[in-house]
Amino acid sequence: MHKMRKIRKIRKLFLLQLAFTLAVCAFLIVPVVLSMLAGLTVNYIAGLSSGLTLRWIFEVWDGYRDTIFRSVGIALACLVVTLLLGVPTAYVLARTRNRAARWIEELLVLPIAMPGLATALALIASYGALRGFRTSWGFILVGHVLFTLPFMVRSVLAVLQSIDLKTLEEGAASLGAGFGRRFFDIVLPNCRQGILAGSLMVVTLSMGEFNMTWLLHTPLTKTLPVGLADAYASLRLEVGSAYTLIFFMMIVPLLMAMQTLARPRTTKFIIADDTPVPDAKP
Amino acid sequence: MYLLILPTALFFGAFFVLPMARLFMVGGSGSMGWGAYAAILTDKNYFNALLATLGIATATTALTLLISGITGVFLQRHKFPGNAALVAMLTLPLAFPGVVIGFMVIMLAGRQGLIGQVTEWATGERVVFAYSMFGLFMGYVYFSIPRTILTVMAATEKLDPRLEEAARSLGAPPWRVVVDVIVPALKPALISAGAICFATAVGAFGTAFTLATRINVLPMVIYTEFTMSANIAMAAALSFTLGAITWLVLALARNAAGSSVAAAG
Amino acid sequence: MTVPLSIQLQDCAKTFADGTRVLEPLDVQIRAGETLVLLGPSGCGKTTTLRLIAGLEQPDAGGKVLFDGVDVTQQSIEARNVGMVFQSYALFPNMSVAENIGYGLRIRKLAAAAQRERVSEMLEMMRIAPLADRSIDQLSGGQRQRVALARALAVRPRALLLDEPLTALDARLRDTLRVEINQLLRRLAITTIYVTHDQAEAMALGDRIIVMSHGRVAQMGTPHEIYHQPANRYVAGFIGTMNRVQGEHRDGGFACTAGRLRWSAAQASATTELLFRPEDVTLVGSDALADLVGTVTASLYLGDRTRLIIDVDQAQPLTMDCLARNAPPVGQSVRLQVDPLGLLALAA
Repeated sequence: MHKMRKIRKIRKLFLLQLAFTLAVCAFLIVPVVLSMLAGLTVNYIAGLSSGLTLRWIFEVWDGYRDTIFRSVGIALACLVVTLLLGVPTAYVLARTRNRAARWIEELLVLPIAMPGLATALALIASYGALRGFRTSWGFILVGHVLFTLPFMVRSVLAVLQSIDLKTLEEGAASLGAGFGRRFFDIVLPNCRQGILAGSLMVVTLSMGEFNMTWLLHTPLTKTLPVGLADAYASLRLEVGSAYTLIFFMMIVPLLMAMQTLARPRTTKFIIADDTPVPDAKP
Repeated sequence: MYLLILPTALFFGAFFVLPMARLFMVGGSGSMGWGAYAAILTDKNYFNALLATLGIATATTALTLLISGITGVFLQRHKFPGNAALVAMLTLPLAFPGVVIGFMVIMLAGRQGLIGQVTEWATGERVVFAYSMFGLFMGYVYFSIPRTILTVMAATEKLDPRLEEAARSLGAPPWRVVVDVIVPALKPALISAGAICFATAVGAFGTAFTLATRINVLPMVIYTEFTMSANIAMAAALSFTLGAITWLVLALARNAAGSSVAAAG
Repeated sequence: MTVPLSIQLQDCAKTFADGTRVLEPLDVQIRAGETLVLLGPSGCGKTTTLRLIAGLEQPDAGGKVLFDGVDVTQQSIEARNVGMVFQSYALFPNMSVAENIGYGLRIRKLAAAAQRERVSEMLEMMRIAPLADRSIDQLSGGQRQRVALARALAVRPRALLLDEPLTALDARLRDTLRVEINQLLRRLAITTIYVTHDQAEAMALGDRIIVMSHGRVAQMGTPHEIYHQPANRYVAGFIGTMNRVQGEHRDGGFACTAGRLRWSAAQASATTELLFRPEDVTLVGSDALADLVGTVTASLYLGDRTRLIIDVDQAQPLTMDCLARNAPPVGQSVRLQVDPLGLLALAA
């Protein structure tokens, strides 16, 4: 009897938690669905009864196409820069485990700790006078790299720290491989997972970055989030929603790819030595 | 080998270290001189904005940790069909910029918002809170949950179930197991997740910008000082101070806990 | 096969960056084609010595490493052409077994056909041909070991350096592989330096053994010399089991609490302790033949023999082996004879 009550109690607890979790999920997802729908309805106030249409999406495409391309371009450029800067940095940090390495890691994380506003203002105060640089998309790129570099470094570093990098390199060196060969044959292939996860993170964050970009942009260098802010302020709700819908369509696949990468956590077992080796082919 | 880190060092030095130093200098170059740095405490407007910012950040952190704690532990512990889908939904808003979140708050709670329509239909009175502090608060919680829940789930995975079994074998009811075993074990993760949540909320700009009007948080104040009043010195001083506060919070939390995952909004 | 290499270490010491001295100045001459075993507990400096020979560490100023008389001290490991097998095998996870084995050949830019031929030769030699395309994480410990050996040997190195290659394996596998490695090394006749803390391995594999302790050489010699003529108590205690009996030299023999050992007067008469191996002790029936008398306090049945622990009223009980069927029960008083040829008097 007591046990039955206990089981019912545990079941009730489970259901309560499940209900709570579902409510939280709804809180997060319903607005997303709403905005996506709003971008496709003819008249938001009238609701779905007014019918679905693609006209708002076309309107966004006509008016804001350049922001979409610019965001994608900056995100890809950001990826290239963070790869070139971040992977070697992660390697150095993985191989040197002294206090200096810890300081460097701390330093790299600072741009994330700082509000985007502060970083942007700092850049403007220092380089705003260089007209050419200030009005180019490179200015925005710099801000994005500062913000996303720690993620690339951390991602690659985590993978490198999980393998015995030093012994692998010594093994390669004992076979005659110099530093360059070792880097391309051994180090890079073994942090593939980290590079991939880091790349997705960098592209996603760059495309969604607003706080810094709002201050760094000029009317000629608008990115998608900046365009969004403009649209919300000045245009119809439906157009803003359609714009948001396009943004979601670009970013959600990336987020889902990141999740599939993070999920698989299979434990690896070492095979017992008495399992027979398969016979050689005759 | 240290040559490899040189490009990063140069980039960082040129585009972060130097500008930050310059920002600091600019902060002290305005009409108030170095007094600008004290203005955050002495000037009534700035001080109120600071309190509002810290207040909303604290409230956000508290509620987010509570929500993420419950859902994170639940999802990590119980494997059922659809679990992965729920996790995916909860972590989806990770990269949404503040503007999008602000926009969604308007969609839910603005003048034409869903909540407004539902409450009008149910009670006759339209409830609109998007443009108040509560609306901002909802937005902050919205982007904080995805960040914290991943940290909580990762920490829950590392929990040793034998500790809970030991507590139960000694007769502890479920709530005591939670309070005496689970929460203390999760403390480092909760501290670091909470610190990031707090720091992100303090520095958040996009959400407040979209919801505009009556909201008076520090990032908005900084923005208006820079763009409307062209008072770059004040803006610099305030933003440098804001940065120092967030860095301090994160450093304190890192001492109390381990490493962390972060993104900003 | 390449001409075997002779290696010489002159005055090689090693101090780490934080000040710890891990190796005192060492002089070693390794003959071409011999298998030298560095034996000792962890921290004794054996791995450091191996890494000095490999080129992964540099000796302190004044130290020299010579290959066939040529000074290679300044040469890094990439240039020394030594084959190295690490304790954790260091197999590259991003390559298959065949690719791992062929890596050194790829570095040397060998023609693709020649590479393939050499790789299959090595796969055959190590009897792992069916594993050629497997990835590393699909291999058992013993298989990884073979791949590591194949990889090191594929490039025809001048010397083979092995750092505790069997330590990570379970006992039964270790016994099997020890025999295989022994046969392999004899067949290849390559200069080999083998590091281990397992004295059974050292005795089985080494042409010569260097027993090390705290960065110094305790003794250098053949397995036979090390076992039967240990130079000091440390070596005596490290290899096999050693019995100790305290007493004094008197009336042409060595008198102690349990009796009297036949110890000839030609040896030093100031000795107060004699050592001897368990196999030098036998059970005898009569008092006339007995040197010592004692009581059995423990009897350990080991299958092939029984190990007896005998109390002889000394600080340390005696250990001896006998056949199971002859084993006296615990508590019985026994008479023992000790072979005088096995008696040792050692300095500290």
